Amino acid sequence: MQDIIAILRDYGLLLAIGQFPEGPIGGLALTLILALSGLLLSFPLSVLIGVGRISPNPAVARLAAAFVSVVRALPLLMLIFWAYFIVPLIIGQTVSGLTTVIVALVVYETAYLAEVVRAAILALPKGQVEASRSLGLSYVQTMKDIILPQALFNAIPSILNQFISLVKNTSVAYIISVDELTYAAYQVNAQLLTKPVEVYVILAATYFIICFSLNRLVKLVERRIHTSRQAPIAAEAAA
Amino acid sequence: MTLDFAAILTPQYTQWMLSGAMTSLALFASAWVLAFLTASLLVAIGSAPFRPAQFTVATFVEYHRNIPMLVQIFVWYFAMPQLLPDAWTTWINAHNSEFIFALIALFLNSAAYMSEDMRSGLRSLPREQMEAGRALGLSYLQTMRDVLLPQAIRAALPPLINQSLALFKATSLAMAIGVAEMTYASRQVENETYRTFETFAIASAFYVTLSFAIMALGAWVDRRNQKAAGH
Amino acid sequence: MIVFENVDKWYGTYHALNNVNETIGKGEVVVICGPSGSGKSTLIRTVNRLEPIQKGRITIDGRDVNGADVNVNALRSGIGFVFQQFNLFPHLSVVRNVMLAPMRVHKVPEKTARETAMDLLDKVGLAHKADEFPPRLSGGQQQRVAIARALAMKPPVMLFDEPTSALDPELVGEVLNVMKQLASEGMTMLCVTHEMGFAREVADRVIFMDGGAVLERAAPEDFFQRPQHPRARKFVADIRH
Repeated sequence: MQDIIAILRDYGLLLAIGQFPEGPIGGLALTLILALSGLLLSFPLSVLIGVGRISPNPAVARLAAAFVSVVRALPLLMLIFWAYFIVPLIIGQTVSGLTTVIVALVVYETAYLAEVVRAAILALPKGQVEASRSLGLSYVQTMKDIILPQALFNAIPSILNQFISLVKNTSVAYIISVDELTYAAYQVNAQLLTKPVEVYVILAATYFIICFSLNRLVKLVERRIHTSRQAPIAAEAAA
Repeated sequence: MTLDFAAILTPQYTQWMLSGAMTSLALFASAWVLAFLTASLLVAIGSAPFRPAQFTVATFVEYHRNIPMLVQIFVWYFAMPQLLPDAWTTWINAHNSEFIFALIALFLNSAAYMSEDMRSGLRSLPREQMEAGRALGLSYLQTMRDVLLPQAIRAALPPLINQSLALFKATSLAMAIGVAEMTYASRQVENETYRTFETFAIASAFYVTLSFAIMALGAWVDRRNQKAAGH
Repeated sequence: MIVFENVDKWYGTYHALNNVNETIGKGEVVVICGPSGSGKSTLIRTVNRLEPIQKGRITIDGRDVNGADVNVNALRSGIGFVFQQFNLFPHLSVVRNVMLAPMRVHKVPEKTARETAMDLLDKVGLAHKADEFPPRLSGGQQQRVAIARALAMKPPVMLFDEPTSALDPELVGEVLNVMKQLASEGMTMLCVTHEMGFAREVADRVIFMDGGAVLERAAPEDFFQRPQHPRARKFVADIRH
């Protein structure tokens, strides 16, 4: 226990924010930045792909399904290697490990979030689309004004769950030496050499506290949304 | 960019890739079996009417669900050898320690998720099933094994197949501690040949093929379940 | 004004509509009834193209609804449709439900749309619920909002698909009253319903369907008193109980 406190005293700041502000930001802060940017960037893409999955246009639907299946079939590590290779080809210059990881995380997360969006849309009653189209709203208007507002609201707990899985997935950035929490801990361990148990207990505990609290938050949100849905159920029973 | 698969299909590189594929498969298969057995055990322990048992299982599950798989591998590879008895460590080091620690981390993690899938499958069963089993004179464990588990497994099959896919993909993380599985092997070949596209294409084809097989199994089970439910 | 000519529809091999020929005149109120699975709902859903047809023609004021030159959104915006399950948009307030289509389809300014919506809600007796959300309303209230929502597009034709079937008996009356008022104002109405009282009071004609075909058409009084076709006779006897 004393060793853990000593390590936290000497390396706590490094684990929390990396070299910042003298150098680039790292550690836990970078882990959270990676996860958050992964979620924010993949969200709009996943809505497009999720809607594409159930598009009435079979070519669009098949293309979206193929994207989701192939991405879900590959380990995140393979996607990171692919991003390392392909992104420079596309933009014509070498990119940092950080950019590589963000691209890979966004592609990976888009596939999973797209399935969340799709499931949320399919869970809505068919009558919503019919009512909207019967009023003369177009397919796009129906999606934008009727379907997505409801589906995305209902999907909030699943989206938060995806964020938790993103926080955990950022650790894979370690492989290409991006200085997030796992890599920072690995380096601290390499410097100390004799305290692997203490270092990895700190690392595991940090992830645990973050993900466990987020999980509790999801449960809370789930209950909130469930209560807000109670009203329609009661009304249907009365009908 | 011209493709040249011949450059990486020399006997040596082919050998590396094949051996990587075999290692991935061995890791996946053995972790799956151990995970399944452990998960069944966890469910049995967790559903015993004994608080400390439930608490232990819940803690086990929460630990594995809230920490990245890669960190769990590191905990086993870097930290555990300090805590295990010397004789064990010596034995493990003599028997491909990277593979063994990766295997342990993978199967324990998967067991946590699988036990949750099975538990919710079990919860979906009517409580009368246990009473019916006990009323026939079966013991608690017999009722569990012969009555509840088989039904729960069928209900839990779709999430279990998803978890199998996750486990298969997670075997790639073993490269982080030097297990020469498929991802590791492809990176090695890439380092030697600079044939990035060709190497990663072959490794990706390996993962996609197996993942698709697992997904197809899942789709088949879904269809059968839907038929059984009368849709 | 609505004309069905030799209309056939199949779901796979199932013959859902079998050579339907019918003309609904302007201002006419026509009630369609028949046992479940008789094709009555399918028939009115073909009018605004919620269901495609495989043979024949459906015209409104001479225009083929399935014509290649027809904009489906423009077509539908001119046909009011009321569903059995109301299908209000639960994430929008009552008044927003009514305002949405005029604003999106006809690009009516928000202020005008709100005024029209409030007038219509007043008409169905629900102006005081304008800012409530649909799930908080009773089934009867929801269905009245759904009628106001359809009326907001000022459609010359209203289609009703079993508008009272999902309601508790004590809530049926309030919806039928709104429908009767519409009929008295000269609205062209095509209603799938089993409400005999409504049919007798306001319908000009009753159409009886079974097996996808129209088996009988008659004045309401004649249909309920002296059904001709054996299946119509059985149907009338069944709904009396």
